[in-house]
Parts: sequence; C-alpha cells; structure tokens
Amino acid sequence: MASIDEKTRLRLYQVMVELRDFEQRAYELFVENLIRGTSHLALGQEAIAAGCAVAMRNDDYTFCTYRGHGHTLARGASMAAAIGELLGRSNGMLHGKGGSMHLTDVTHGAMGSYAIVGAHLPIAAGAAWSAQARKSGQVAVCFFGDGTTNIGAFHEALNLAVVWKLPVVFVCENNRYMEYTPIESVTAVAHPAADRAAAYGLEPILVDGNDADVMYETAARTIGHARSGGGPSLVEALTYRHGGHSRGDPASYRPKEEVSDWLSRDPVKQYRQRLASTGIDDGTLTKIEEASRRKVDVATDEARKAPPARIEDIESQVWSDGGSAWRN
Amino acid sequence: MAELTFREAVAAGIAQEMERDTTVYFIGEDVAAAGGVFKATVGLLDRFGAERVRDTPISEQAIVGAAMGAAMTGLRPIVEIMFSDFLATCWDMIANQVAKTRYMTDGQVSLPLVIRTANGGGSRFGAQHSQSLENWAMAVPGLKVVAPSTPADAKGLLAAAIRDPDPVLFFEQKSLYGIRGEVPDGEHVDSLGTARVLRSGKDCTIVALAAMVPRAMAAAAELDGIGINAIVVDVRCLVPLDTRTILGEVSKTGRLFTVEENPRLCGWGAEIASIVAEECFDDLDGPIVRITTPHVPLPAAQSMEDEAMPTVARIVDTVKGAMR
Repeated sequence: MASIDEKTRLRLYQVMVELRDFEQRAYELFVENLIRGTSHLALGQEAIAAGCAVAMRNDDYTFCTYRGHGHTLARGASMAAAIGELLGRSNGMLHGKGGSMHLTDVTHGAMGSYAIVGAHLPIAAGAAWSAQARKSGQVAVCFFGDGTTNIGAFHEALNLAVVWKLPVVFVCENNRYMEYTPIESVTAVAHPAADRAAAYGLEPILVDGNDADVMYETAARTIGHARSGGGPSLVEALTYRHGGHSRGDPASYRPKEEVSDWLSRDPVKQYRQRLASTGIDDGTLTKIEEASRRKVDVATDEARKAPPARIEDIESQVWSDGGSAWRN
Repeated sequence: MAELTFREAVAAGIAQEMERDTTVYFIGEDVAAAGGVFKATVGLLDRFGAERVRDTPISEQAIVGAAMGAAMTGLRPIVEIMFSDFLATCWDMIANQVAKTRYMTDGQVSLPLVIRTANGGGSRFGAQHSQSLENWAMAVPGLKVVAPSTPADAKGLLAAAIRDPDPVLFFEQKSLYGIRGEVPDGEHVDSLGTARVLRSGKDCTIVALAAMVPRAMAAAAELDGIGINAIVVDVRCLVPLDTRTILGEVSKTGRLFTVEENPRLCGWGAEIASIVAEECFDDLDGPIVRITTPHVPLPAAQSMEDEAMPTVARIVDTVKGAMR
C-alpha cells in the first residue's frame, strides 16, 4: 500500500472518523428518542465508504441504500443537514420529506439513498449510461448489501451494464447478514457477489472491506477502468456491521465470538494503528479526531435548534414547477 | 395535413423530438432493429443511430431504472414497455422510485422521462397482455398519465410528454395502432392536462378515454337517432386532469356517463364521478353512471372479450335506460 500518499491516508482516516462519530451520534439521538421512524447505521463499515469516496472524482455519482448516511457524508454532504433530516427538522437535507433512509445531496454527487432493495442498481447504471452518452467521463459507484445479490434488479443491472459497457462500479458490502438472516443460509454461492461475477463475464473481486487502503486502491482501480471506457466492475467487500440491521434490532442472532472477532478488526482502530506505525505522529491523528467530534457537536446543535419540518412544504415539489397540482 | 396511422404518428412524435433535442434517447425491447412489436418505432434506428435508439434485454426493471438514472443526470429518455401488463414487473421502479424521488429529495432532481406502453384489450391476447392500466398510474402521486385516442393526439401529446419536465406514462391502446387520421404538418406539440370536447349536445355528457372514445362517438351518433343528444368529451390525460372542461360539459346537460375500458373498481371514472358529485351536484339531474368492463380479468376468446369491454350497443343501451 506504499503507493498511497500520506495526504490521502490522512483524508481516509478523517472520513472514517467522521462517519464513525456521526453514526455514534445518530445512535445517541435514538436513545434520546429524538429520532423517530427507523435508521440503519453503518458502524463498522466505514472503510468502504471512505475508500471509495476518496477515490472518486468530485463529479462522480454515488448511489447507496437506506444504510446510506456514511456514503452521503463521505461525498461532502452537510452533517447538520443530515442530522436535521434524521430529526425531522426544517434544516434537513430533504427538508423532512425523506428521512434517514433517503439522504441525497445532488450537489455533492450523492444521487440518493434507496430503500427498496436492489432498485438503485439499474438507476446507477442509468446514470452511467447518461455519462457515457454525454461523454462526461463521470463514473457511477453503487453500494448495496449482500442481500441485494438475490433480487432480480441486481442481475438485470449487471447484465445491462456489461452489455452496454457502462462506467459503473457495483460495490457489494457483504456484512454477512441480510437483515437478520446469515447470507450464506439463503444464497447458492459462498461469495454472493464475487461468485456471480463470472455470470456477467466480470473478474471476481473479493476484498477486505475493513481495510481503507485496500478499499481505496480497489476503488481507484475499478473507477479508473470504468472512466477509461473499460466498462463495469463488481466488487465484494467483506465487512461487518457493529450493531443490528436497524434501530429495533439488538442483533442477538449473531454468535458472540463472531462479533468479538470482527470488533477486533474495527476498520477505524486498525487504520489508526497502521498510520501510527508508519510514523504519523499521534498529535496529527488526535487533531483529526477532535475536529471530527467538534464537527458532529456543531452539526447536532444546529439541527436541534432548527424548527420542525414545515407543514407548508407537504404539497410542494411533486412536480418540477414546485407544486403538486393534479387538476385544473 | 397528412394522413397517418396511429403507429406512424407515435414514431413521428418521437422523431420530431429526437430531431429537436439531442438529449432525447429511446430504449426498449425490440424497438430498434425490429421497429417495435407493434411497429410503432419503425425507422428510428436508421434515422438516429444505435447510440440513441437502443434495444434492451428483457429486463423491465433495468429499462425503467436506467431511464430514471439517465433522466436524473441530463438525458430525456423515452422507454417502451412492450405491453402495459409488464409494468407489473417494474412497478417498484415506477411507483417507488420514479414517482417519489423528486418529492423525497425536495426537488433536488427532475425526472424528464416518458414510459410508452401498449395498453388495453381487443386483441384476443388474454388477461396478461390486454389490461387497461391507466388507473394504476393515476393512483400514484408523481406520475403524469396520458392516453390518446387519435393519430394527431398520439403525436402531439407524445411530443408534449417528451418535453415535460416530469415523468409521464403514455398509454397507447393497441387496437388503435392501425387507425388512420389527419395529423398536422410540421412541428406538432399538444398540451398535457387538456380534455377535448368532440361534439356538443344538450341531453347528456359522455366522457371517454383512448379506445373508448370512438365507441362513445359511435354511440352518440346512434343516440341522436332516438332523440338523445350527447356531448362527448375525450379526457386524453388523466394526470393532470382537465376537470374544468369536464365539469363545464357536465353542467350543460346535468347527466354524466363515463366509458372506461378498465375493470370496474377504482377506474378513472370513479374519480371523475366523485369530483362531479362534490363540485357540481346541484347541476345534476340524475345519477352518474359508469360503463366499464366487469370486475374480471379480461378473457381471451373473441366472443367473450368483445362483450366484456364496453361496446357501442352497451353504451347506447345504458344511456337510453338511464335517460328514460
């Protein structure tokens, strides 16, 4: 990994720390009962979001799932707007209309968090088709869970992307559980994405999703391949979510040894150790960590102070004229 | 004015817009090399090339999903879903994704895309290739819904749908593909959300859509013969709905009949009946009557299918009975 320069590595660490702190704060706000509805945290999966986002060009597209806080923030979306959306405040990223599962910030290339499993793979392929047609050089990166590999849209999107040689990178975040069920108990192959790559004539790419350097290099390689006209890639990144599937899931179905084994491979902690071992001084890392905590605190304050989402907006933005009129 | 078939008018509408706007792309199953299974897209591949007119695999989710992703990022895609019945295979894309994403992101994205589809019965194809499904789309906030009845409207409303900044489902009743009609020369762009009064009258108002429009007109001609003078309104577009025209034409006669190809429950006529009952109740001189297909899957055999769909005879008999 010697090829990754120090600046990039510090950026990777910074993004991971911020995503970790954000998700911890989201969890605390649940406990305070300030976040209603549901939320799907990506604690433990930060290296994938950070590695890919740091490798992307500013105008590349991110498509992600309802477990999408990290992917959206990693592109540079406002943390205060994200917390505001979780809290249903007027400062929310979607002004209260989407909620936790739909964070989107088009100005930063975060093209949406999609809450129906598999739906966004064809949509990401479409954005890639558009980039190809416009010859813009943009690449779409599409994140999804292991469970998505068993739904039809996954296969439809992969096939179309290969046939049309689209500039899209599909990244399967295999956190070993589709909601509450171990993925291997419901999947015909051991590696739900990598083992299917051959079906589409693609190279099987199976990587350590808890290693930010590996993720960065994998993303840089596959995104570069897509940008140069080489077509799509399918990456399977092995990882583990530290918590349950969603707010109401204590994840008691997972063996204790498995959990402790994966916690010992915490992507943020192990990356800190690696950076320290390569000679980066502790003060630099501490500074990143303190700045992240401050950023989350400031964002939380801003969101808490914001008024509730505006009822005047209920009937706005169905149509491009800003309204919702269906009759004259 | 040139005389075109409905299918030629569809192709002419697409061609007109592809010529004008290089961000318009067209994809679907068998639409390019084969010119569409209903031959409504013949000639487009030759004229605009394989980059802009593309055949897809049988992957309706990928087709609509790709159109959505492309529409979010600068293209104006047109897709064809071969039979409207197949919308069920990609309804997540349409109802959950295409329809809702603008609202859920509070306007961060626009989705200028058109989903064309061959709709409706009369072709002896059985219940999975004959449904009249405009109502499904009408029930989902965020979708515009168009169903033309003439070649001129097919071209003009399709052009308007392609230029519209929001997602439009464009239903082409497949028994209309062969009909001929005058289509204005040169650029022809109509307006969504406008009904058309096809004939005036004084006794009752018949409101119809797509293939039911010529039947309503034939019924009105017969009713003239027995002294019942009917207004006929072609709704043309369900969302946005031209309630002003419909309410105005109902107020003139005090009687409303809807002619709907769809099965009975929750047909578009029910919504119109509800609006009329709420907003011009005092103008009504009798009950609103809906003429629909019975609430059954459409049967295949000619004898059954023809009787199941509203016939000219059933429209005449129903109006005559209600006006007695």
